[in-house]
Amino acid sequence: MAPETSSAVTLNINGEKYTLSVDHRTTLLDALRERLDLTGAKKGCDQGQCGACTVLLDGRRAVSCLQLAVAAEGREITTIEGLAEGDRLHPVQQAFLDLDGYQCGYCTPGQICSAVAVIEEHAAGWPSAVTDDVRPEAGPAPLSAEEIRERMSGNLCRCGAYVAIVEAVGQAAATAADRIGTEEVTAV
Amino acid sequence: MREFGYQKAADVSGAVALLDADPEARFLGGGTNLVDLMKTGVERPARLVDVRELPLDRIEVTEDGGLRIGATVTNSDLAIHPEVRRRYPALAQAVLAGASGQLRNMATVGGNLLQRTRCGYFSDVTKACNKRVPGSGCPAIEGEHHNHAILGASQHCVATHPSDMGVALTAFDAVVSYETADGPGELPLADFYLPVGDTPHRETALPAGALITGVTLPSAPVAAHSRYRKVRERASYAFAIGSIAAAIDVQDGVVQDVRLAFGAVASRPWRARVAEQALTGAPADAVSFAAAADAELAAARPLPHNAYKVRLMHNLVVAVLTEMVQEVAR
Repeated sequence: MAPETSSAVTLNINGEKYTLSVDHRTTLLDALRERLDLTGAKKGCDQGQCGACTVLLDGRRAVSCLQLAVAAEGREITTIEGLAEGDRLHPVQQAFLDLDGYQCGYCTPGQICSAVAVIEEHAAGWPSAVTDDVRPEAGPAPLSAEEIRERMSGNLCRCGAYVAIVEAVGQAAATAADRIGTEEVTAV
Repeated sequence: MREFGYQKAADVSGAVALLDADPEARFLGGGTNLVDLMKTGVERPARLVDVRELPLDRIEVTEDGGLRIGATVTNSDLAIHPEVRRRYPALAQAVLAGASGQLRNMATVGGNLLQRTRCGYFSDVTKACNKRVPGSGCPAIEGEHHNHAILGASQHCVATHPSDMGVALTAFDAVVSYETADGPGELPLADFYLPVGDTPHRETALPAGALITGVTLPSAPVAAHSRYRKVRERASYAFAIGSIAAAIDVQDGVVQDVRLAFGAVASRPWRARVAEQALTGAPADAVSFAAAADAELAAARPLPHNAYKVRLMHNLVVAVLTEMVQEVAR
């Protein structure tokens, strides 16, 4: 018997529940943009290579173009629209504004969602491919410009605004570290 | 994309039963490769059985000091685990060298082993490809093959396996556990991928409908001093053009134990057993390392545009082992 090819799903996005019927082929990105009018996440390559569609799933960054909407039921989805608190921008958004971390802006929502997670991953002690010694005894590597570039490499910027993007991520990380007061962060 | 049914598996036996009942069904893990291939029409499943939420997401130290890694552990969770970083640092480095932060959060260990080649002809349904359409031919041999295989390929297919994780797992003798409708089974990773021969479309020795449930690494004290180095065409977020997982134990200037595996050179992660044998008991110096690399690479059959990989892999062996030995000496 041919299986059902669509389902009713309830998606938890930015703290609100949305119930909709989706063709199983629908990606989370298309559901956000075409069905729910949440057009912050952008469609760049639609094959997981550019990062423009980055959102947070259960607090971790993911590319929404390779995430099926039907499989996202039950997960906590945060998009760029869910980062600010009312009129107060998220510190990463503010840092991108302050330091001009963009040119055309198309990749910016993905860059910012990714950066929010990068700062949390680093604060949680995650190593990266450029971390000299990944053994836990070595302790966390400072969030240098090299570390930021590696950790943000899943977000492409065709304008080439990388210099300011790296600065913005570094500033936002330093602000977050000041707030927490426990993190060692090098100036970028 | 073809329309498909979707079900979340409630447990391992339920997942296996669903696949057993529908030969056109596929397991869905993180989806980072499968969903991409469905968009291009390379994969056309009639049904997806979502196994991502199965309780196979743990990493445990085994009694002998090895690790048991669940199939739905994400790449990120594998790479950040303290026991992985402590006991098998090359495995953590390999995982971190692959894909992007976003993809590593989605991708799973089971899916990593089953990901498909990134050969451009395989990904393009308008082109011939013996892996995708058996008997249709291999345009890569006469065409674009600068990042194709130099070891273990055949006249029917020269595609490489793209995994970084699998290279480190191969170096450390990983064993794959799976479940089928007839019960559980195990396959050493060394026997997991089939020789290319004239059947490049048959990639693994997994029984039909089998669900990978986990990967076990036996205890390997030598792995505590291990390294993964990846060479690619840009600094980050690209597939390897050559990579190496290496572990070495040297005493009094003599190699006691060594593990070597190569990535991006064959249809599977390539365990360099010839080089390992040449090195065991040999002086731990660049002359031995070069001779061992040459012994392994004597079997290389490069094509016109990927011959550089023979020298690249030779240099990687010498450079990485030399560096590791010097570090211990300091």
